[in-house]
Formats: sequence, structure tokens, C-alpha cells
Amino acid sequence: MRVNLTVNGRPQEADDVWEGESLLYVLRERLGLPGSKNACEQGECGSCTVRLDGVPVCSCLVAAGQAEGREVVTVEGLADDEELAPIQQAFIDAGAVQCGFCTPGLLVAADEMLERNPSPSDADIREALSGNLCRCTGYEKIMDAVRLAAARRTEGV
Amino acid sequence: MAYPTGVPTKITQGSRTQGGIGESTLRPDGTLKVTGEFAYSSDLWHEDMLWGQILRSTVAHAEIVSIDTGEALALPGVYAVLTYDDLPTDVRHYGLEIQDTPVLAHGRVRHHGEPVAIVAADHPETARRAAAKIKVEYRELPVVTDEASATAPDAVLLHENRTDHHIGHVPHPNIVHRQPIVRGDVAAARERADVIVTGEYTFGMQDQAFLGPESGLAVPEEDGGVHLYIATQWLHSDLRQMSPVLGLPEDKVRMTLAGVGGAFGGREDLSMQIHACLLALRTGKPVKIVYNRFESFFGHVHRHPAKLTYEHGATRDGKLTHVKARIVLDGGAYASASPAVVGNASSLGVGPYAVDDVDIEAIALYTNNPPCGAMRGFGAVQACFAYEAQMDKVARELGLDPVEFRQRNAMEQGTLLPTGQPVDSPAPVAELLRRVKAMPMPPERQWESSEGADVRQLPGGLSNTTHGEGVVRGVGYAVGIKNVGFSEGFDDYSTARVRMEVVGGEPVATVHTAMAEVGQGGVTVHAQIARTELGVTQVTIHPADTRVGSAGSTSASRQTYVTGGAVKNACELVREKVLEIGRRKFGSYHPAWATAELLLEGGKVVTDGGETLADLADVLEGEAVEVEEEWRHRPTEPFDLRTGQGHGHVQYSFAAHRAVVEVDTELGLVKVVELACAQDVGKALNPLSVVGQIQGGTTQGLGIAVMEEIVVDPTTAKVRNPSFTDYLIPTILDTPTIPVDVLELADEHAPYGLRGIGEAPTLSSTPAVLAAIRDATGLALDRTPVRPEHLTGL
Repeated sequence: MRVNLTVNGRPQEADDVWEGESLLYVLRERLGLPGSKNACEQGECGSCTVRLDGVPVCSCLVAAGQAEGREVVTVEGLADDEELAPIQQAFIDAGAVQCGFCTPGLLVAADEMLERNPSPSDADIREALSGNLCRCTGYEKIMDAVRLAAARRTEGV
Repeated sequence: MAYPTGVPTKITQGSRTQGGIGESTLRPDGTLKVTGEFAYSSDLWHEDMLWGQILRSTVAHAEIVSIDTGEALALPGVYAVLTYDDLPTDVRHYGLEIQDTPVLAHGRVRHHGEPVAIVAADHPETARRAAAKIKVEYRELPVVTDEASATAPDAVLLHENRTDHHIGHVPHPNIVHRQPIVRGDVAAARERADVIVTGEYTFGMQDQAFLGPESGLAVPEEDGGVHLYIATQWLHSDLRQMSPVLGLPEDKVRMTLAGVGGAFGGREDLSMQIHACLLALRTGKPVKIVYNRFESFFGHVHRHPAKLTYEHGATRDGKLTHVKARIVLDGGAYASASPAVVGNASSLGVGPYAVDDVDIEAIALYTNNPPCGAMRGFGAVQACFAYEAQMDKVARELGLDPVEFRQRNAMEQGTLLPTGQPVDSPAPVAELLRRVKAMPMPPERQWESSEGADVRQLPGGLSNTTHGEGVVRGVGYAVGIKNVGFSEGFDDYSTARVRMEVVGGEPVATVHTAMAEVGQGGVTVHAQIARTELGVTQVTIHPADTRVGSAGSTSASRQTYVTGGAVKNACELVREKVLEIGRRKFGSYHPAWATAELLLEGGKVVTDGGETLADLADVLEGEAVEVEEEWRHRPTEPFDLRTGQGHGHVQYSFAAHRAVVEVDTELGLVKVVELACAQDVGKALNPLSVVGQIQGGTTQGLGIAVMEEIVVDPTTAKVRNPSFTDYLIPTILDTPTIPVDVLELADEHAPYGLRGIGEAPTLSSTPAVLAAIRDATGLALDRTPVRPEHLTGL
């Protein structure tokens, strides 16, 4: 089948999609956007987190056909042209990236949380990111990164 | 919520060229990783590529009566189906130390999930369906799953006709390796003991659970060779094992490191490397294989589960008299790293304590359970869980504070290990305990707020199981010792190629090693070393591949020490050559070229007095300097097979933890409130990365304390929970704040005085959490992980 969707603001078209394919597979293998990751493919790890019409979802659990006509934002869509998004820069600065496999999903989830809740408490951050597994960092630097991004955002206003 | 979450560190050293060692420079791959552009091994793509799929055994132990690939081959889109009979040479097994692992099963499978056949097809789903159409007829065999069944006189032998070098000293062919460590006279020491404490402990099977699944892309080449892009921990070890199976000389098997999504020991053994190459060579097309999470649980070795029996004796004044221990590690169906795990568990089996009279025996079994091998801290992790539980028990018997008791027995520089080897660098065991105990405690009842209980900070969390009722706090301490680098006489070297030249008017250094960057930040550190040694700002890190010599494994906390040491050494040789060029070109202009100690700093050649002699760009104009050199740490020697005596280790790493937990004693739910760590790192080359390693290692220790265990059915030896739905690793809600106190006591034998750091925090984290839960509940708790039923008695 053919799937039409908007990805990171650009209309996209995927052909020869098998009905069982996930949105994650279409993004990674058919649209050349491998930024969204494939750590568990069963909705447990959050590494494939994208926004579907604004809502964070595990793209591995979304059938490609369900994305027909909808807007998808992936990690590749966070940066503005040449400039990193504040949450991306904060992850680098705080040392929140080690192997980096969880990073794309965490960035999409954290970015969405900060949009809803610009001054999150630590408990708010932990709750919002509890669907994103990281095996390298012990999450402390991720907490630092989100706090940093929130602080920079507040200062910037 | 005023409790500080920052990280107190005590790091002041630095270098004189910006971005050098001692600074928290940022990862060179950071931008690629946050934009999604960094190519992991599962992201690789090649025009016209096929997808590989592995068919694995559905039973743990069976004869293979027949394999019928006909239906699979007939499926449209399928290009190849290969079994044992299709292997191109007589070399059909591989292994890190003992070549006992079949590339594809031959007549028999020995564990659940063993590879039986491989498929290549034009779509991953087609490959999966084709694999499902392969008909394998099994005749099941009885399984051996523990020491009693594996070493029974009539036990089925996992490997008949063993010829490896351990078979001569093991008491049963289902024992991979046995290492006794005997020192002093335990019988006499026991007579001196005022208290004797015994315990039997069980350590569960942990999974590395790296997030990037096993994957790679094999591309056939015109000369009949193959190029493999792969996520691994050691390119040259893979190459050495692959080349004879493929029937290709090593120079026709090219290896390039693809992006690695974590490792933690789980990528030391081969996974899909040979399978992808076989399919690529057979079909003449590029072949990509990516495991899903279910397959990943079968596709790599796990941490050895263990049974540990300990006896500790002590005098009334709180001095250990002796330690007697027996450590039984389950290695599963194939050897993998089992012999080295036995070596660590036995030689470090008393922990970081001074004990003169020791009798330890460690063995690893062959069973039909999943193969076990390397995972962060191996051998030392299991032992630490048991000896630290024992230390608490003895302290309680003596009526001593557990930290005080540990400090009275703490090893120091000069202490002899039970192997007779002196610890010849700082061993600040008592100091680390003092520091971790001195850190501020998290406030009591921090879940309370003006709006009632914040259940997110309570045991059970958002399940809303308690608002504080039935919740009891406990505090526990632990400390551990881990060897750094490959031990027991292994020739543990690394190679670095460093080039220096002028590019665009600027001096630039290029560092080329085969080091596997698995997330630890080795690439960051290599650039820092080059800046410090060569005085340049711009450093290019060449992709890791086999066109340069081996860098050894990214494991055993060794890469910054050994490959970092190789980069430093190569830089020093480059510097000498640069100065020779400088003397040739400019020596006649200034006498200091001949007489002064010269340094490279800030893009210039300077004297140790700070006088500038020349710009590096001028010295290197029209010249390029390149050095490739191997570098070794001090040699080690094997342990005596009867007594365990020998200088087997090169360096040690020490960490101490304090765990604060809150336990819902009615439901058996645990919330770890804080896990504070103090660690000696010798020298923090990159403080930010050091703290990141400590916090990550600490969290993996938390996982094995209260969450993580691969459950293997004891009657069928089948894995029951191969998914992230059923095998739980800590989420951000399960993980507490982890304040870290970094101590830097230089090891004069190591580059910059540094210590390997990656593993030590994984050791003491687990027993600290267990001690805290015991403190809260008063229960004995002799196994890890602790599950709710262990706390409620249901």
C-alpha cells in the first residue's frame, strides 16, 4: 500500500508498504530517517518515540497505515536548520549522552514535556520520562540536561 | 525539596593546552547523537541489500534428527537458507578462549535459542517467515541445570572429548575451569576466631540489556573478501574468530566499527558477525542482520548466576581471622569468558580486606542454561554481593558498626591479596567508606508535601499503593575491589597510530585506533590526550577499523588505561619527531633547541621556562609525522592452578556505596531513595565522563538488587522472560539521585596516574542496596534480586 504523511513538516510518500509494517519501520527503512531507534519494538523502551499530531507515541506500536494523512515529528525535526534545539544542546552540555541509543526518544519526550510544563519539578521530569529506558547514564545527567534546558528556556524568556 | 542533587567532585588538575586531560570536554560525537544522524549498526543501509534472519532452537537440549529447508527456500524473496552442512571450511566453532561454540548447530543443540539455520531475504518479514518454515525435528535430551545435575556421575556431558587447556585440572568434564586460592592456614586461624559466621548466597542471571540491538552489515567485495560494519567491543578478536570459519585470510575480512548502542560485556562474544558474512558471501549481496529484543536475549551471553558459600571468622576486637568460600558460577552451554570470570571471583573473593588465611574455590559449570560470559565487573560482582553480606553479619555478631568493622579490616597499599600479590598503588578503602558515610543524608519522609503524599517518591510509585503507611527506611554500606585490564598473564596491549600535519595552516593531530567506542567516551579522551601531548587544538578521531593494529577489548575497565596509554605513547613518539624536525629547521636560530626541555603547547614549541621557539605550523610545513606503535601495561602472570598464588592483576579499582531505601513492608515494594558513591579514579581525564560512568554502573547494580533477573525454567532450561515487558531494567522513576565523590590518588604505574573506572561502581551498589533493605526489614535476604515475596514471606 501507499502511505502519505507529513514528517518534520515535509509531505512524504512511502510505496510498497506491507500492511504489517510499523511507522518506525517506514521512517527508518523507507523514508531514510533512522534517527528514531529500534531498541525493543514492543513499546517498552521509548527509543522510537515520535510525535504523532503532537502527541508522543512509540512509533514501533503505530501501524504505518495509522499515520496516513497525519503529522509526524522525529528527532531529525527538532533542530532549527543549523541550530540545535535547546533540549539537544542541553543533553550535550550536561553529559547526558553516552552510547546515545536512547537519546532520540528521550529528546522528543523531554521536548514535549517542556512544552507542556516549562518549569517541571524533579518528580515531574521523572514521571514524564519514565517510558524511556537508558542503560548507560543512570539518568542523573539526563535529569541535569532537562533541568538545564528548562532553566535556559526560563532565562531566555 | 531543597535536597541538593548536584555532584560534589574534587577535581582540580588540568593541562596547559585547552581541551586537554582533566577537563570535561564534550563528546565529539555528541551533535550527531542528538540530531539522529549518528549511524548505529542497525541504521546501516546498502542498495540492493538483503535481510538476514536466524532460526534458533526452541528447546534447550536435543539431538537434531533432521532439518528441512525446502519450504523456506521456495518462498518468493528468499535468496539463501544455510545450515551447518553449508559451512565453507572445517573450522565450524568459535569462542573467546575455548572454541566450543558452533557457528550453526551440528546434530545437537545445547541451550534454548541456539542458532540452527540462517536465511537471507529481500524483506525482514519475508526472512522471518522463511525461518519459520524451516522444519527442524528435535529428539529431546535430559537437561543439566545446576551443580548437582551437571556433576552427577551419569550426567550428560555438554562437551565430550574436551581438548582445552582446563580439562586437565577440573574434577568433572562439565566444569569449565576451577581455581583454588589457598593462603595461610585456615584451620589454625579458625581456632583464633571469637565469632564464625556462615552464609549461602544466590546471585541471579543478569542481562546487559544494551539498548542498541546486535546488528551489522556485511558487504561482499570484488576480491572475494567481505567488509563487515559491526557493533562490537573488540574488532580484532572478532576478526580472529571469523576468518578461519569463513575460509578467508584476515586481510580479506575487513572490519569497521559501526555505531554501538551500549555493550557492558554483551558484545565481547560474536553474535551475528559470521552469519551475516556467510549470507553475503553466498548471495553476493550485502546482508544486514538486526536482532529484535526477543532475539537479543538469546543472542548474547549473560552475567553468570552464582551460588556462593562463605565462612568468615573474626576476633572480638573486630579483626578478620580467615575467609573460606566456595563460588559456583553457572557458565551455561558454552565457555565464553567463564575461565576469566572464575579467576576474578576467586582471586578477589575476600574483597578489599586484609586477610592472611584464605581458602577459596571457584568453579564455572557447563549446563544447558543460557551461556554466560562477560558483563561489567564479572566475577567480582557476584563475590562482592556475598562477602559484603558476610561483613555485615560479622559486624552484627560483634556488635560493631558495619562501616567501622570494614575500616578495621580494609586493605591498604602494600596489603597482600590472597594470591600473594601486593597491592602496589593507593588502596583508599577506609577513606572511601569514610567519605560515603560523611555525605549528607536525604531527608526523611520526602514524599510529604502540602498537597499530601507525592506517591511518585514512594514504594509502588504511581500504582498508588501507599501514602507512607507501612514504609520503613533502611541504610546500607558496601565497598568492592575490581581488577583493571586483562589478568593472568594475558598479553594485554593496544595499538595507536597518531599523525601530525598542517591542514589549512593549522597543526592537526589524527588519532587512529581500533578501539570500540561503545558509549564510554574513549573518543573524547583520545582527543584530550592528543591535545595535552601535542599542544594542538584540532584533533581528528579516525573511525575504528582493522587497518590499524588491535586496541584490545572495550572491557575490564581497560580502554582509557591501555588504548589511552597507547595514544599517549604514540603522541610522545610523534612529539620527538616533531622536535627533531624543529631542530633541523630552526635549531641554529636559538640555543634552547639544543639545551632546553621542549614542550608542545598551544600550537607552539616552547621551552619548559615558557619561551616560544616556533609555531608548530612552521615546523610541520611540508612535513607529516606518523607513528603506529603497540603499548603494554606491566605483565601479569597466571595463578597457580593448585594454590592460586601469582601476580595475576595489574591494577585495582575501588568504589564504596551508601544506599538509602524505603520499603513498603506490607507489600514488599522497595524504593531506592539515594545511592551515594565514593570512588578513587586515580586521575579523572574527563570528570564529566567519569561521573557518568559511576552513575551508570551504580544503576546497573541497583537493577540486579531489586529488579533484573533472567528467569530460566529449572525443568526445561528455557528462558521465560526474554523481553523488556518481563525483564525489567531501572527506569528514571526507579533510579534515585546518585551523588558522587571522586577521589584522585595517582597510580604511579599508569598513564597520568589514572585508574580504570567503569566496573567498580557496579560491584558495591548491589550489596549496599541489599544491606539497606536488610536494615529496613530485619530479614536475612540471601539472594539477589530481591522480589516482593522475599520481603512479605508469601
